[in-house]
Amino acid sequence: MPKQTFILNGKTVTVDVNDDVRVLWVLRDLLKVTGPKYGCGINVCKACTSHINGKAFNPCSVKVGDLKPKDRVTTIEGLAATTPGDLHPMQQAWIDHDVAQCGYCQPGQIMEAVALVKRVRREGREIRDSDLDRIRNICRCGTYVRIREAIEAGARRM
Amino acid sequence: MASTSRHGSSSPSSELHNEDPFAGLDRRRFIGYVMAGSTLVVAADLVSARPARAAVPSGPQVPELYDLEDLQTDSALPTSQLITVTITKAGRASFALPRTEVGQGILTSTAMILAEELDLPVDRVDVTLAPARPELLLNQLTGGSNTTFSTYTPIRVAAAIARQRLLEAAAILFGTTADRLTTTGGVISDTVGNRATYGDLAESAASQVVEAVEVLLRPKKEFKVIGRPRNRDDARAAVTGAKDFTTDLDVPNARPTMVCRAPEHGGTPRSLTNKAAILKMPGVTHVAQVPTGIAVRAKTFGQCIDAIRAMKVSWNPGPVHGMSDATVLKTLRANELPLVVPDVPVLAQTVETDVAFAFRSSAALETYSAIADVRSDRATIWAGLKVPILAQQRVAEAIGLPQDKVKVHVVTGGGSFGHKLFGDHAIEAAVISKAMKAPVKLMWHRADEPRQGRLHPMATSRVRATVLAGQVLSFEQRHTSVTTDFSHGLGEMITSQADELDPIGVGGLGFAETIFTLTQELPYDFGVVTQLLNEPLQFEDTFSTGSMRNIYSPDVCVAAELTIDQLAKKVGKDPVAFRLSMLKNDRVKAALEKVAEEGRWGRTLPAGVAQGVAIHKEYKGCTAVLVEIDTRPKTVERDLGPETVTGPRVIKVVIVVDAGLVINPRGVEAQMQGGAMDGIALTLTSSCHLQNGRFLEASWDNYFYTRQWNVPPTVEVHIMPSDSDTPGGVGEAAVGSTAAAVACAYARATKKVPTFFPINHDDIDFTPKSFVPPVPQSPTNGLKLTR
Repeated sequence: MPKQTFILNGKTVTVDVNDDVRVLWVLRDLLKVTGPKYGCGINVCKACTSHINGKAFNPCSVKVGDLKPKDRVTTIEGLAATTPGDLHPMQQAWIDHDVAQCGYCQPGQIMEAVALVKRVRREGREIRDSDLDRIRNICRCGTYVRIREAIEAGARRM
Repeated sequence: MASTSRHGSSSPSSELHNEDPFAGLDRRRFIGYVMAGSTLVVAADLVSARPARAAVPSGPQVPELYDLEDLQTDSALPTSQLITVTITKAGRASFALPRTEVGQGILTSTAMILAEELDLPVDRVDVTLAPARPELLLNQLTGGSNTTFSTYTPIRVAAAIARQRLLEAAAILFGTTADRLTTTGGVISDTVGNRATYGDLAESAASQVVEAVEVLLRPKKEFKVIGRPRNRDDARAAVTGAKDFTTDLDVPNARPTMVCRAPEHGGTPRSLTNKAAILKMPGVTHVAQVPTGIAVRAKTFGQCIDAIRAMKVSWNPGPVHGMSDATVLKTLRANELPLVVPDVPVLAQTVETDVAFAFRSSAALETYSAIADVRSDRATIWAGLKVPILAQQRVAEAIGLPQDKVKVHVVTGGGSFGHKLFGDHAIEAAVISKAMKAPVKLMWHRADEPRQGRLHPMATSRVRATVLAGQVLSFEQRHTSVTTDFSHGLGEMITSQADELDPIGVGGLGFAETIFTLTQELPYDFGVVTQLLNEPLQFEDTFSTGSMRNIYSPDVCVAAELTIDQLAKKVGKDPVAFRLSMLKNDRVKAALEKVAEEGRWGRTLPAGVAQGVAIHKEYKGCTAVLVEIDTRPKTVERDLGPETVTGPRVIKVVIVVDAGLVINPRGVEAQMQGGAMDGIALTLTSSCHLQNGRFLEASWDNYFYTRQWNVPPTVEVHIMPSDSDTPGGVGEAAVGSTAAAVACAYARATKKVPTFFPINHDDIDFTPKSFVPPVPQSPTNGLKLTR
């Protein structure tokens, strides 16, 4: 069986699995990293949103064989370690705003939020309502209002 | 962005609450037990304190006297003594809540109630979810917004007994009397410097025998925890990925398992013709035919998807073979109970509303998932289950084991909204595990949910009201619905409470009619009011249905409030002024006045933008909602990319809620915000399309639940102060009133009353995902879409 190597939350990992298995299942079923959640498997609900080399991506839609050994995959479990302090500012904003209800979509929401803030900063600007309108992550509990508030607060501390 | 939670004017809210059985001190005096144990274990028994019911006058509607909350609470009473609180040697209180946390925040609010009565910091109270406990009978059902209402007093009684017992133990230790001692933060002290922690006293306060004791609950004016905003106890776990849901659990050898399902709703497998080839696929360990489809177990869920897509299966048609939206609607129409307008003067004018509602999927973001390890002599199940005892019974039946050989662990759910009232997932996982003789981690594919999962039934609601000289003389509502499945425990509650229900005139009704009667209430002075339900027999055992964040109320409320707007128009009155003049309940009136004020009712808006208002009274509380909707082309036609249903946008929601006694205002606000998102989806976007026995929807890109581009930029929640001694239900409270306010606003903005909900059901435009194979393959282009 082929060996798949990439960097996961700062550590190099190697897994024996076929090339075509999607990264989500490698993370969840084989490496037992369960922060990224399954919600659709077709890159629609965004519950599995994680980062690759600092940008948001959806591991349900990437073959593990397409990852290179130097690719840095960060899941919600590794987010806090990317910034100083106990938690990432976005995670802290999520706690301060008491966003989570059932919590299932929230790892993906937070990873999306962090990438969004970084993206608009790369464009030399701050978050706008129109950016928030375009976030595709679904929250079936309907925590959207607090998600928007938390993103704005988290962005101010990033 | 604005989201606020402020407190308004104060006035009594007791009229929202049906009973007031105790007066003064006696209202706080209860009997409880100290249980035998090595550490302090206490329990509450409320049977003797069961409130007396008032005699039934003829005028009011049933929920004013006895509603679904009362039914559930009374059903729970005979076993309430089994709800125990333990004080550990570490000075912590532990309590296994016989309810299910699915996002509504009850673990946090329950910890707050315990902390209040115990005088212990909230972070030293450990609330967990109880496994299925058959001895609790009907006292382990999470639904009907009932958790806090039914458990509030039993939990307080247990906690108060624990505190009293600890005080008595300290008094012996200090050589004084309990009334000279004070408790603060889990420490008992006297005036001369003696102190002991609850942990120090946990063993000496324990009893060797079961002892009945009387206890006085803390008066409300001394509350320090209840009523203060508190963030969720699991917030940190949720934001770090540490919060575990069913499929996150690492049960030894419980491998990923999925099911290849029929194209038709409820269809069943005939045979799999390429089993040998499937078994040779990468990662696959087992394949088994079960009543719901062909199950496959593999090393990863991705390999299960690959296997399902390769399966060659022949299928039997389902029980709705050949049916479509139009044929179901036709059958409903044919079975509508007649509107029999009572004898009204000939000059009375008539207003009619005739609306229909599509099927909707109650699925949560976490799909149906369950872990099952079935052996020859025993079985263990892990799942999010709102009625675990019933799931335990049904699992036992399905795999042929005695009930006591089935252990059911309740796992926090990734949402429920009614979906997890049923144990479908647990039963299916157990059947598969038995067939494969291996532990399985079953997960439904998203595509399975709208196609084979529980649905909120299609329904019609007709209203005919008559009005003369500004007065409404009659208001007749006939709700006709595809059968709603109540086989999840509420049915059993009704049976057990038959004696209680008979005198109020609902004893002879079926389950659905009983629940309808126990939940529907129109708090207006509308003369002769009748609201009746009919669920045609043709739909028995056809669709897989259930409740969806409320049962009948959102649809009934939409039809009723649309009618009320028409009535107001007929008599030439403003919708708010008309409602205020007709409301017979002061609290509802106060909520409506508040929402009109906070939402600036009647302010000038451009053409195509309009306000709408609605009220809803249920679950010992009420909500008034004001919305503003923008139906202008530039908003409706926003292009935010493919598979994005924009449509009219609700741009503002103001919710005023009177929830009786509020345990955690922060949690109440969250439930109102979430409920509003559901209400918006119900009226504008979310539905399932039935075509020739198949549901077209298979994903979130064609089942349009509210998304960020539909979220109102302004959402305000105002909690009314209340002098009530009991909490009302909040989980569902904002759904119906928001759905109705959006419908009313849409009708006012477009000057046309919609006849079908959601309004975009007919305009839906997507290519349905394949039915054979029944699950889509995961894409591989994710690296091109990084952002």
